Amino acid sequence: MDKGLSLRNVTITKDGVPLLSVHHDVRPGEVLTIMGPSGVGKSTLLAFITGTLAPDFVAEGEVWLDGHNVTHAAPHQRRVGILFQDDLLFPHLSVGANLAFGLQPGGTAAERKAKIAEALDEVGMSGFEDRDPATLSGGQKARVALMRMLLSEPCGLLLDEPFSRLDAALRAQVRDMVFDRARARALPVLMVTHDAEDAQAAGGVIITLGQS
Amino acid sequence: MNSRRFLPLLPALTLLAMLGPVVAGLWGTLMPAFGHLPAAGLTGPSLDPFRDLFDWAGLPRAMLLSVSTGLLATSISLLIVMLVTAGWSGTRPFRVLERLLSPLLSVPHAAAAFGLAFLIAPSGWLSRLLSPGVTGWDRPPDLLIVQDTWGLTMTAGLIVKEVPFLLLITLAALGQADAKRSVTVAQALGYGRVTGWLKTVFPRVYAQIRPPIYVVLAYSMSVVDVAVILGPNTPPSLSVQIVKLMSDPDLAMRLEGAAAALVQLGLVIGALVFWRLGEVVAGRLGRRWVASGARGRFDPVVAEVALLAGVASALAVLLGLVVLTIWSFAGFWGFPDALPDQFTWRNWMRFGPGTLEALGETALIAVTVAMVALILTIGCLEAEYRYGLSFSARAVWLLYLPLLIPQTAFLPGLQTLMLNVGADVGRLPVMLAHLVFVLPYVFLSLADPFRAWDTRMGTIATALRASPNGVLWRVRLPMLLRPILTALAVGLAVSVGQYLATLLIGGGRVATLTTEAVALASGSDRRAIGVYGLMQTGAALVPFTLALLIPALVWRNRKGLRHG
Repeated sequence: MDKGLSLRNVTITKDGVPLLSVHHDVRPGEVLTIMGPSGVGKSTLLAFITGTLAPDFVAEGEVWLDGHNVTHAAPHQRRVGILFQDDLLFPHLSVGANLAFGLQPGGTAAERKAKIAEALDEVGMSGFEDRDPATLSGGQKARVALMRMLLSEPCGLLLDEPFSRLDAALRAQVRDMVFDRARARALPVLMVTHDAEDAQAAGGVIITLGQS
Repeated sequence: MNSRRFLPLLPALTLLAMLGPVVAGLWGTLMPAFGHLPAAGLTGPSLDPFRDLFDWAGLPRAMLLSVSTGLLATSISLLIVMLVTAGWSGTRPFRVLERLLSPLLSVPHAAAAFGLAFLIAPSGWLSRLLSPGVTGWDRPPDLLIVQDTWGLTMTAGLIVKEVPFLLLITLAALGQADAKRSVTVAQALGYGRVTGWLKTVFPRVYAQIRPPIYVVLAYSMSVVDVAVILGPNTPPSLSVQIVKLMSDPDLAMRLEGAAAALVQLGLVIGALVFWRLGEVVAGRLGRRWVASGARGRFDPVVAEVALLAGVASALAVLLGLVVLTIWSFAGFWGFPDALPDQFTWRNWMRFGPGTLEALGETALIAVTVAMVALILTIGCLEAEYRYGLSFSARAVWLLYLPLLIPQTAFLPGLQTLMLNVGADVGRLPVMLAHLVFVLPYVFLSLADPFRAWDTRMGTIATALRASPNGVLWRVRLPMLLRPILTALAVGLAVSVGQYLATLLIGGGRVATLTTEAVALASGSDRRAIGVYGLMQTGAALVPFTLALLIPALVWRNRKGLRHG
């Protein structure tokens, strides 16, 4: 079956009032951007896809990932990666342990260590394994969060306003890095944002909510 | 373990553990109060128990004592806390007072009461320090200060323990009341600090701290250990009389005890209703006061007096602990010497083995009960998170229910019920009885931090393919280590301080530090009381210290968790 992320006739309602409807396929390596002011339910759509929708919302439609219908799968078995505007690195774990949390089980301790070192190397942070995440700069945290997500080998990537907390100089840099890595791994990406610049930089289809 | 089947049962199990004994106990009180006690060969219904009770000449005074200590202790400690917070919150003196008072929260009531007695008795430390220089006394004056007829010392003993409790509750409520900006606006409009705070912040704060205030009222009205130590004897307060009747070898006396317990319940309900009416009246007067636009001319004076009262209340407990310590090491200490002739280990050598045995029993009960309460609480909160359950405001009152029903109303009934069904008194029933009081406190202590945890951490961990249990064990619980240990310490302190539950349900056979210490009250061995009181305080205080130290140590290299 088709690779990529498919949203099939997805409609989310709250208290009987429809919030949004989306029907779209995101092919591997492509970015679909969903825009709209805050409060139109952009993040709700992501919660539906990750399986963490709050009980007061009702969703219809299906989510397919790499040819599997994951609409009713347990959240931790969906293989959907997500990045938020905050890095959300686990504060009780070192940088290396955060990455190990993401890394799929299997392999000897040495192999796992090597994979983590390689991931840190990929984003120019070699030797940061034992650091406390709270001591990193904003850009470094964003990079660790990205690599942690990628090490879990997701089949699709969701971005929830991922760059809005970063300052202008860092923003373009982190954004390029995220899109580059996703493209290199041929991941379908779904981004929600209210920032036109982010949407442009994504270079894919843009759906604007809250205007109909 | 199959958590999918087990977890949803935990909220129900928790409610059962918390309310089951209360309901059973009330039932067990109701039956004998109307003359039905098969264990003693009596069958009802009859009104004789009430007739016997009303024949007791001390009843009106005992009832009055219960009501007056409850209302006075609650209103005075509330007044002190509100005015201190109004006048000083955000200032240095307030932070100092806050630091002084927070550890006092865990000092058991009995130890604080003994300390106060040793401080203000005619032969107490204060009298010794002032004699003969200031007072001219060379022997203790013949004054009835401790165990005074009107229960004023007992009321003071309750106030010094309730002030830290209400202050901590108020601090938690302040965070959500947007207090600082309201006071700033009020001050810009020309209002004094105290008046501005009372007119803008107080209504919001009071609405939040109302349940704990009711708990203080119900507790103060029915307290036993403080009443035994500081309260009058002839007649004693109603609660003490109930315990006396329940401990009588003559089983028939339990009928009268049960009737008294029902009267106690009625008194507490009546006092709560009275307090509620008082709120309405105060609200109406308060609105008129706000409308009058009075700016508060006497604010500085009010604030000074309140701070003085707050400091005095903190010092009463702190100096009480100091004088307990001195007595525990005292050799010969004649009046009016300020200090003993010599300090010695003899008292500790003599009472040490006994306290160690009681400490073992105390620790066994407290650790078991606090751990069970913690597990049930985490289970409830996790079930709430996973299944999107939410507790309504009404359900929160359920948590307070075991603390609002006077202990003296349902514990005697529980004991009688166990007697009727032939259940053995002993350690396990005592643990179950402790759980009734420990669970609400552990739950209330952990609920806010547990719910405040950023659930996006859970979403991220789930996206990293961690199972729900994985998220709980590997992310949420480690991140919440500090509030979890604090909740555990709260649970331990509550269990350590339990007197009535241990005494009645243990049938006198379970000897904890608290029951042993209170039992010493009738004697006058101040050295023994010093040793037991200190051990009791230590048993409650050490867990709190550990709850601060362990996270600081475990997460010493994790800046993100240092203030969490």
